[in-house]
Amino acid sequence: MSHPSTYVPGSAFERFLDKRLPIIRMGADFMDFPTPKNLNYWYTFGGILSLFLVIQIATGVVLAMHYTPHVDFAFWSVEHIMRDVNYGDLLRYTHSNGASMFFIAVYLHMFRGLYYGSFKEPREVLWILGVIIFVLMMATAFMGYVLPWGQMSYWGATVITSLFSAIPVVGDSIKTLLWGGFSVDNPTLNRFFALHFLLPFAIAGMVVLHIWALHVPGNTNPTGVEIKSKKDTIPFHPYYTVKDGFAIILFLIMFAVFVFYMPNVLGHADNYIEANPMVTPAHIVPEWYFLPFYAMLRAVTFDIFFIDAKLGGVLVMFGSILLLFVLPWLDRSKVRSMRYRPAAKIFFIVFVFNALWLGWLGGKPAEQPFIWQAQIATAYYFIYFLIILPLLSVLETPKELPKSISEAVLAKKKKQVEQASAAQPAE
Amino acid sequence: MMMKKPLIMKLALALLLPVSLLAMPAALAAGGGTKKVKDIEWSFEGPFGEYDKAAVQRGFQVYKQVCASCHSLKFVAFRHLGQEGGPFYVKKCPAGFPDNIDCSNPMENPAVKAIAAEYEITDGPDDSGDMFKRPGIPADYFPSPYPNDKIAIMANGVVPPDLSLMAKARSGGPDYIYSLLTGYEEVADYVQLDPGVYYNPYFPGDLSSAIKPEFLDEEGHLKDGLHVPLGGVLKMKAPLMDNMIEYADETIPATVDQYARDVAEFLMWTAEPRLESRKETGLIVLIYLIIFGGIVYASYRQLWSKVD
Ligand code: HEC
Ligand code: HEM
Repeated sequence: MSHPSTYVPGSAFERFLDKRLPIIRMGADFMDFPTPKNLNYWYTFGGILSLFLVIQIATGVVLAMHYTPHVDFAFWSVEHIMRDVNYGDLLRYTHSNGASMFFIAVYLHMFRGLYYGSFKEPREVLWILGVIIFVLMMATAFMGYVLPWGQMSYWGATVITSLFSAIPVVGDSIKTLLWGGFSVDNPTLNRFFALHFLLPFAIAGMVVLHIWALHVPGNTNPTGVEIKSKKDTIPFHPYYTVKDGFAIILFLIMFAVFVFYMPNVLGHADNYIEANPMVTPAHIVPEWYFLPFYAMLRAVTFDIFFIDAKLGGVLVMFGSILLLFVLPWLDRSKVRSMRYRPAAKIFFIVFVFNALWLGWLGGKPAEQPFIWQAQIATAYYFIYFLIILPLLSVLETPKELPKSISEAVLAKKKKQVEQASAAQPAE
Repeated sequence: MMMKKPLIMKLALALLLPVSLLAMPAALAAGGGTKKVKDIEWSFEGPFGEYDKAAVQRGFQVYKQVCASCHSLKFVAFRHLGQEGGPFYVKKCPAGFPDNIDCSNPMENPAVKAIAAEYEITDGPDDSGDMFKRPGIPADYFPSPYPNDKIAIMANGVVPPDLSLMAKARSGGPDYIYSLLTGYEEVADYVQLDPGVYYNPYFPGDLSSAIKPEFLDEEGHLKDGLHVPLGGVLKMKAPLMDNMIEYADETIPATVDQYARDVAEFLMWTAEPRLESRKETGLIVLIYLIIFGGIVYASYRQLWSKVD
């Protein structure tokens, strides 16, 4: 890609193919990609995410062979998978918990990007592709959760699709289109199944573009200083295949603990009750990974001029995601890594806690004191992106940056050695 | 120029403070409207937990003799009882069975066949177009007590929920089922109950509108020292009574407590029939991942020791 190719075709066949379809060269260059030598474990989530996309598609395709997208049989067919299909319980639990793992990884991956300034020039397109993947993932997971046709499936679908009716003029038509009728019913389930099957492949396509866009400028790194010389890099393989590999195994261990020992803790008990349009659950809550956005949706309880509260909530919720698209133009600081931005670092830590707090609030009923808390937390979410980051880009005096990645690595090594020798006499 | 940084830092730190303070009253505000479920030590809990097969069998007896008159079990087939992990599964036939019968196959398991045959299944239509009744076979599912929802409502006021997944469909699971069945009590005398409903402190509900008027002050609040009882009312009368079921094993107490425990264990099995094989697979997967992880970590350390 954007580094000189070192691949030398070894055999006659490779030379033949290399002239016609240099696919082996592409793979070889991919594995050889010069990567900063100081990437920490926060940089392993990209690999973890790729693996989970594969896991979701593999388990999903097999589930789809046994699943029936019909309101009278969907719940039944999921139980058939759980009870009668060979390894069906493991398939389903892998898929349902896999979705949660996918989101844990994507959130950590995104926080990594926010902290190390991965979205900044020249990686804006890379970042935007990532946000598109995130949006597609949310759509996919939302529609997947409708498929088992439990109470939360049905009522979650009803609540979320009804949001579209808040949009002026076209809202009701969009809602009717999503439903395929005048309520969430069999046509809804059918189209959600078709889209839930399709979208992961759209995600896979986006992931290809995302990695392509990564391989043009190359990775960022914890110092945020770009690669200056060959000394700053090591080849992706074997150095990062083994480091990512280790992180993947740790992540899989956590995953296995969920799948095999507590497969239902991340879900909601009500989804083991078959959907019933005549009975509304006491609390309708989405899956945990949507809770921060759900909290922002419900935080708007007042009309703003001609915008009523419902539309306001919808705008705030969608706005919170749309904002991510323009982030590269909000944070203009030339310094990428918050390691060297002491004030930004504190606001970032507050942002992380604020996001967790929003998640907690999203699971609470829509009543006081949770509403005003959600309002404060929502306000901070927007203030962080729209005011704090732009202001800091001009106001903050960053710390001195290391001259190069190698220098930073050497300085860290030296410090470790000094600390070790200082500790020795005390023993 | 030098002034800027400390000011921003102060601002940032000032922001941390209210955030941490705000989170506190919220944490205190949480509270539930029902009594906390009793935490039972179940044999199937924990990473190595397995079903107590005798308890599941007894629980099946409780279901069959008591609950089945109102509650369906529609996701469970008789053959499931004889599958691995099920209460009537056997590896080998008892002595005296012909060689060509494989009792580990639920379709041939004699206990399962006998249980199924006790039920009457509606089948058909036959060649002359009539529905007919026949004894059950292992492939049949547990028949529902009522032919349709309307009759169920006529008899109970509501449709008694299907019990197949009950242990996963309520928070608290089997602890909740046990607590509900053993938790019925007299409601405080200042609460007025409608006929046909029964008070249970574990059942979600709100009794604040059921307080007798003479116990309310002018503003509609409860008088001094009284509080709205926890829980709510449901349309199921306490279904269990001491000595109502005869267990084959006479050393097992014939009490409501024991029946409730057993039936909750049975319902956990109906909800999660593959729990044992799932945990067994999990153990192998975890051992594999941990060993593999160790090897990968060692090669990672070795490889990276040369990077400077
Ligand atoms: C006389 C009929 C009847 C019998 C016998 C009966 N139930 Fe019920 N049960 C009901 C009805 C009706 C409801 C619905 C109550 C409501 O929602 O108000 C119910 C509800 C339940 C619930 C759900 C409570 C909830 O949280 O919604 C459970 C669990 C339950 N029964 C378990 C049992 C078990 C176990 C047995 C056997 C020991 C049993 N029942 C026997 C009629 C019965
Ligand atoms: C981005 C990847 C994917 C995500 C995040 C995802 C997410 C989900 C979720 C959250 C559920 C509900 C699970 C439950 O509670 O039972 C689900 C169900 C389902 N998914 Fe997916 N999925 C993905 C990919 C796929 C693919 C590619 C297919 C098919 C080709 C698929 C097929 C199914 C089927 C058939 C169900 C219903 C069965 C069930 O509920 O277990 N999924 N998915």
